[in-house]
Amino acid sequence: MKPAPFRYVAARTVEQALALKAEHGEDARFLAGGQSLVPTMNFRLTQPALLIDINPLAALAGVRNGAAERLRIGALTRYRTLEREAAIAAKLPLVQQALPHIAHPQIRNRGTIGGNLAHADPASEMPAIVVALGGRLRAQSAKGERWIAAADFFVGALTTALHPDEMLTEVELPVAPPRSGAAFLEVSRRRGDFALIGVACTVRLDEAGRCVEARIGLCNAGDAPVFAKAACDALVGRPLGAAEIGAAADLVQGAIDPGGSIHASKEFQRHLARVLTARALAAANERARQDYRP
Amino acid sequence: MTTDTHDITVTVNGTPYRRQVESRLLLSDFLRHDLLLAGTHVGCEHGVCGACTVIFDGAPVRSCLMFAAQADGHAIETVEGLAPDREHLHPLQQAMHECHGLQCGYCTPGILMTMKVFLEENPAPDETQIREALSGNLCRCTGYQHIVEAVKLAAERMRR
Repeated sequence: MKPAPFRYVAARTVEQALALKAEHGEDARFLAGGQSLVPTMNFRLTQPALLIDINPLAALAGVRNGAAERLRIGALTRYRTLEREAAIAAKLPLVQQALPHIAHPQIRNRGTIGGNLAHADPASEMPAIVVALGGRLRAQSAKGERWIAAADFFVGALTTALHPDEMLTEVELPVAPPRSGAAFLEVSRRRGDFALIGVACTVRLDEAGRCVEARIGLCNAGDAPVFAKAACDALVGRPLGAAEIGAAADLVQGAIDPGGSIHASKEFQRHLARVLTARALAAANERARQDYRP
Repeated sequence: MTTDTHDITVTVNGTPYRRQVESRLLLSDFLRHDLLLAGTHVGCEHGVCGACTVIFDGAPVRSCLMFAAQADGHAIETVEGLAPDREHLHPLQQAMHECHGLQCGYCTPGILMTMKVFLEENPAPDETQIREALSGNLCRCTGYQHIVEAVKLAAERMRR
C-alpha cells in the first residue's frame, strides 16, 4: 500500500508542466487533487515515472464567465469551492445538486473537477453531468490548445481523448436557461459510494409548458458516461405528463448496457435507471414549471 | 532509479519542521514516522476509511492521499494539537469521552479532525448534517450513535 518510486516536480507554471508532459508523455502523470490517482498509486496499479504536481498553479482554479451564457470552471477548482460558489447554485443547478453525492467532505476538500473528468471513471457523477449538459473541455499542450466536446472526450472506462502531451485545463458548461429545471439522483450502497446508477437531467419548457429540450446523462450505465439521446428526443414538443416520462424512462432502460457487478446485476441497474430517470424527469419538469425567470 | 528527495518545511500544530523526504512518502507516513506524531492513524491507505484525516490549510483531508512533498510550505493540524493543554481536552474530545463516542479508538483522531472544522463552519448542526459530515469516517465499533451524541454535545458547549 505504498506507491512505487517516482520523480516529483511541483510545477511553477503551466508552461513548465506542459513542457514536462511533452517530454515524458505517458510516463508522466499530472497530480491535481489526487483523490483518484493516489489510491491507484498506493495499490501500484499506476506507476508513473514522473508526477507533475499542478496544485501550485492557481491560474487553473476558479469559476468565470465564458462566452454567451456559459460558465468556465478551471480544472484545478476543488469540489468544496464549487459547493460554496454562488454562481454554481444560481447558474448550474444540476452541478450543485450532484456535488453532495461526490464522495465525502474530505475528498471534496481536495478533489478537483478536472482531475475527476480526466480520470474518466464511468461511475463518477461529473462526467455524466458534463455529457448531459453538452459541455466542452479545453485541452492544452506545449503546441497549443483545442476544445473537445464532452461527447467526444470520454472514450471508455478511464480513457479520454486527451493526447499524452495534453492537460485538461478548463471545462465550459451552458448555464441553465429560463424556464428550465434540473435534477440529479443516484442510488449507491452507502452515502458517498460510487453510484450503482446515477441520472442527471435537465428539462426546458416553452411558455405553454411543452418540453423544448430534455437532456439525460447517466453514470455507471456503460463503459463511459451515457447520453440518452433517444429518450431526450422523444420528450420534445409535448408537456411532460406521467405517460411521456414513463415512455422516456423505458427508452433509457432499454438503451443502456451497464456492466453489472456483485453489488448490482445488469438487470437491477437497468431497473434503477428507469426508476431514477422517471423521478428525475418529473422533478426537473416541476422545477422548470416553477421557474419563470424572464 | 536514484531516490528522488525533497527538502520541505511543514508547520504542524504551529511548529515548523524541516525534513528531507522521498517523493513517494505519503503525508500520513511522514507525520507518523518522520515527525513521530502517531496520533494520526492509518487505516485503508486508499481514501475510504478516513482514519488518517488531518486538517491541511484549514480543510480536513485524507493524509494517505497526499505526498509529504506536497505539504512544503503548508500548515497542518493533527489530533496532537487539538487539546489546549495537558490538563484539558478539546470540547469534542471531552464530549466523545463522556458520550462513549469511541471503543477501540482507531477511527477517533480522523473523526475529531473532521468534526473540528465541521463545527467551526456549522456551529448548530442538526443530526442529518452531523451524519452527512461523518459519512467519510468509518467506525466499526460504535454504530455511530454515540459519536453523533458527542458531536451534538460538543456543539452545544462550543456555542456557549
